Amino acid sequence: MLIHISHLSKIYHIGATETAALSDVSFDIQKGEFVAIMGPSGSGKSTLMHMLGALDTPTSGSYILDGQDISKLTDDQLAHIRNKKIGFVFQAFNLLARRTAMKNVMLPMMYAGITPIERQERAKKYLEMVGLGNRLYHTFNQLSGGQQQRVAIARGLAMNPSILLADEPTGNLASVQGEEIMEIFKKLNESGHTIVMITHEPDIAAHAKRIITIRDGKLVKDVKNKQKN
Amino acid sequence: MEFSELIASAVEALTLNKLRTFLATLGIVIGIGSVIALISLGQAGQQSVQTQIQSLGSNLLTVIPGAQTTGAIRDAAGSTTTLTYDDAKAIASSTQITDVQTISPELTRRAQVTASGNNANTQILGVTNAYQPVHNVAMSEGSFISANDNVSMSKVAVIGPQVVSDLFGASDPLGQSIRINKTSFRVIGITQSKGGSGFQNQDDTVFIPLLTAQKQVFGVDYLSDISLQAKSQDVMTDAQNQVGYFLLQRHKLTDPARADFSILSQSDILGAASQITGTFTALLSGIAAISLLVGGIGIMNIMLVNVTERTREIGLRKALGATKGIIISQFLVEAVMLTIVGGLLGMVLGITVSVIISALIKFPFVLSAFSIILAIGVSGGIGILFGWYPAKKAAGLSPIEALRYE
Repeated sequence: MLIHISHLSKIYHIGATETAALSDVSFDIQKGEFVAIMGPSGSGKSTLMHMLGALDTPTSGSYILDGQDISKLTDDQLAHIRNKKIGFVFQAFNLLARRTAMKNVMLPMMYAGITPIERQERAKKYLEMVGLGNRLYHTFNQLSGGQQQRVAIARGLAMNPSILLADEPTGNLASVQGEEIMEIFKKLNESGHTIVMITHEPDIAAHAKRIITIRDGKLVKDVKNKQKN
Repeated sequence: MEFSELIASAVEALTLNKLRTFLATLGIVIGIGSVIALISLGQAGQQSVQTQIQSLGSNLLTVIPGAQTTGAIRDAAGSTTTLTYDDAKAIASSTQITDVQTISPELTRRAQVTASGNNANTQILGVTNAYQPVHNVAMSEGSFISANDNVSMSKVAVIGPQVVSDLFGASDPLGQSIRINKTSFRVIGITQSKGGSGFQNQDDTVFIPLLTAQKQVFGVDYLSDISLQAKSQDVMTDAQNQVGYFLLQRHKLTDPARADFSILSQSDILGAASQITGTFTALLSGIAAISLLVGGIGIMNIMLVNVTERTREIGLRKALGATKGIIISQFLVEAVMLTIVGGLLGMVLGITVSVIISALIKFPFVLSAFSIILAIGVSGGIGILFGWYPAKKAAGLSPIEALRYE
């Protein structure tokens, strides 16, 4: 079992009122799965994504990733987990402005202390894998949105993480480019990568093999996508 | 993450907005520049005063009228009238005083001097022939005041090169006449340039016989000072004591604390002068240090703007695995790099300014290692001091908040 989430809750205190963004959510994810987490805005799916991404810790419950309980780690310990175990793909791509595709992909490897030579090799390999072998030294503003998101995917893969965590990866893209990104995800999944994708679009979620639906902070549906299995 | 990578990433970040980077360092450039220029000029001034005082002669004692004042600051010349030509003559003929070689009684006044239609306000020095050996006066033309000139109250004058150019321009002044307070004098000699300025500028002086000065020009019978040349540097203290006791007796004073004269040695004058220039340098450097502080605040301001502007970038870096330590180091290295580059540029600016000013006012140019260490050390320190808070702020950002920031 790769991910084991049990009775996870997150409560925000705004003034005197308590708001439960997540309440008592439990599920497991196996290695090699392609899971979509769906829900309307305000459903708590972003909060869940923050938990899964080790960007935040839960108020209660536990989150075991790769055999390690990460619900009670310090900031710096979480930084290491994010670096080694989680590959992020954001809606807004979040590339470093004015740096080349190579530099962007090498960034997490720099924090991991990987030697510059190996960084170069790996960055090149993953950029080729997402079809940007001819754009290694293009900067952020010389790439289209779809290409930028592919750079971000290469960056997410760079540390060979346990899961690739995508937050509305097609939200800022035209549908054609969105389809291209989903194709890449499908191929990555076929080659053994575990992918967890947060989205509110049923069309995009339809690409996943399993769909978890969240509403009002609660898990309301967890189904296999029959078309994909 | 290695240090060289921190440096490379800081260079990358700082070159993204070159104008802002330049403006941010400007405060440090000006601050360090002015500190270095002022220290350099202060030290040059001190050195220049020291050389001038030393050029007066190394075994020189000066008797001045008036009580010993703190720090050996002397009253305006002629403000007390307790020292006379007779005192000088008595010192010369006394058998108790064995360690003094030459005695030069002097009367200093400022007066308007006119010659061939030009006029200048210069220092008039009434002297005897003893002045020349005591003060190492070298002649470029003619001869100095002789003993006979003094006794016979001749109306002759020896002038310095500055006076020559002020009054005569290019023409030869030897044998010509100049007028001091309506008395006409014949120029019999011109001294060699000693250079320097301020403290008893010999180049801007008219020497006339002492008795002529006392009786015919200024109508006084006292002296401004008596310069004494001790037999050697080793007997300076003995000479000072001998003359001191002698003058106390002569002036019928029993309590040395109430002496109506003071005897200053070379080292007293040197000490006082160094103290004054030192204080002055410290004061100016203090003012320059304030501009450094302002420069540091400028750096902090820019770094805070940087942190706010790069909130998303910081969030991303944290999401990708940068620890607090790495974010702090990154922003500190940027701040320190800004200030050190500023410090180095400031050093170049400061040295340039002091070279130019030294050349203009004919000061020696002095550059101490201290200035360079100061430039790099202080600017680096300012970087750490004023970069710390913005760096800490950046490291404390939550990756979620930072990624959400638009």
